[in-house]
Amino acid sequence: MIGNVLRWLNDPDNWNGTQFTTGIWAQLQTHLLYSVIAVLAALVIGLPLGLAIGHTGRATSLISGLNAVRALPTVGVLVLLVVIIAPHFHGRTSKGYIIPTLIVLILLAVPPILSNTYAGVQNVDPAVRDAAYGMGMTGPQVLWRVELPNSLPLIFSGLRSATLQVIATATIAAYVTLGGLGRFIYDGLAQQDYPQMISGGVLVAALALIADLVLALVQRYTVSRGLTKRFSKSTVGGAVAADLEEAGVEHT
Amino acid sequence: MIRFDHVTKRYPDGTVAVDGLTLEAPTGRITVFVGPSGCGKTTSLRMVNRMIEPTSGTITIDDRDVTSLPPHELRRTIGYVIQHAGLFPHRTVIDNVATVPFLLGTDKKQARARAAELLERVGLPAHFARRYPAQLSGGQQQRVGVARALAADPPVMLMDEPFSAVDPVVREQLQDQFLQLQEELGKTIVFVTHDIDEAIKLGDQIAVMAVGGHLAQLSSPADLLARPIDAFVAGFVGRDRGYRALGFARGAALPTTPEPTVRFGERVPPGGLEEWTLVVDDTDQPQGWLRSGPSGSPPGSPIDDAALFRGGTLATQGGSLRAALDACLSSPSGRGVVVDGDGRLEGTVHLDAVTDLIASRERAEVTGGADG
Repeated sequence: MIGNVLRWLNDPDNWNGTQFTTGIWAQLQTHLLYSVIAVLAALVIGLPLGLAIGHTGRATSLISGLNAVRALPTVGVLVLLVVIIAPHFHGRTSKGYIIPTLIVLILLAVPPILSNTYAGVQNVDPAVRDAAYGMGMTGPQVLWRVELPNSLPLIFSGLRSATLQVIATATIAAYVTLGGLGRFIYDGLAQQDYPQMISGGVLVAALALIADLVLALVQRYTVSRGLTKRFSKSTVGGAVAADLEEAGVEHT
Repeated sequence: MIRFDHVTKRYPDGTVAVDGLTLEAPTGRITVFVGPSGCGKTTSLRMVNRMIEPTSGTITIDDRDVTSLPPHELRRTIGYVIQHAGLFPHRTVIDNVATVPFLLGTDKKQARARAAELLERVGLPAHFARRYPAQLSGGQQQRVGVARALAADPPVMLMDEPFSAVDPVVREQLQDQFLQLQEELGKTIVFVTHDIDEAIKLGDQIAVMAVGGHLAQLSSPADLLARPIDAFVAGFVGRDRGYRALGFARGAALPTTPEPTVRFGERVPPGGLEEWTLVVDDTDQPQGWLRSGPSGSPPGSPIDDAALFRGGTLATQGGSLRAALDACLSSPSGRGVVVDGDGRLEGTVHLDAVTDLIASRERAEVTGGADG
């Protein structure tokens, strides 16, 4: 079986496509496009909302409300939305399927981003916030210069989990006639072509891992070292070394 | 000068945090608000920089109502130090210190240069500048907190229990350095603490506040210890206030007598020594007491750490009577060790001589009325 999967993945025709089939490269692009649009849209919705709720402490019930959305069965919602939306489009267009798919993916991605952003802002040490206002920062300055940078580790973890979920779930686009890596899974299943089906799953997993790796790298270069506590070797041991130094400097 | 004029803070649920507070914190002096928890001392402090708005009454800084500026602009002119330092964890130490200059739009390079200067002033070595708060101990974080409050050179500083979260040894160093710094800078400081000892040590003027948010007594530390105004203040100031008041008594010179010594690192001479002999090092700084005789070090044995009794405290000539008394009480020989300003042995003083000094001071106070 593993040999068959490898053989399927090694076939250049499967990557580039033939005149009857769409290749892996093309489906990968489609899959990535849906995922990127969904995650970006979720970011545009979730990040400002999370920052605003966290900063003001108002409308916190929205967070738990939106978390409940996570419990919705994805395929069910997709089918429902297609039934509602698709009839409004006529002619040679797949918008009637693309829009429901994107809505479902966005619904999936907003809660982790929103609740993590909110939690990140909420978790900022009250003494730090107090000091920020006490130094003379305005509300927006506290948000941008203190709360946002200090929430970044949690925001990134929300973004990464949303991305993983979206990439895995974007396979359902194929369920409603669209492309993406889900195509190989549904087609493989229908044709009892298990090497193709398994390959589709492997490709989705690989894409998710690569996306996570890229985000991890971005995180590494945007989050302050003061928060990640990745200190250079000369100062390893952080506070312990500091204590010793203080003892040496001051107790004389 | 900071003036509180009939300032009251009442919360919507009816609790009164501060009740009709009227007092002046004089320019260039340290005014300490002290009292049990819930007495409104922190609330009073936070109303100065409008972190809390009073329900009624006015607060002025140099005759200017604090409400005449938007809060954030007002706060940039007031240094603010809080209990857990509240440093920004995502910023380096130097950028933490430069926070207010950055807000005021000072050139970054210039702001950092000034911040580096301040770090040195609060006793942190230059290489700390590029570290992050998580790499510092509590005491070091608090130093950075003080440097940050001083960065824009504000005339007024508010300090809310800045030293209470560090261990006693570090706290004492921070207090001493803070006093030294204040001597150079002469800021108008409002300082909040629940620790009466800290209040007495640091304050030029102490405001004792009682639960319910009213001012119980406002006076100098020495006066507060000598004449608590009512039972509450007397209770709060504490039972051993007579002893603590000696901390302010810098009376006549201590009558010392010369003390025979032996050097650290040598051996007990063959003829033996008195029962208790003072041990000094090469620079004449007292190290401890050596015990000779049947239960102590025999002749010929080394004078080293193992043989030494280091229990005694040292009194400084010209220092307080409290230190002199303590030196006598803590010395195993019963003779208090007195050193000069450089830590060199000057001689020893007997408990009787110290108590005589204390008694003559008390008499002078009773007959001479109030002291400074």
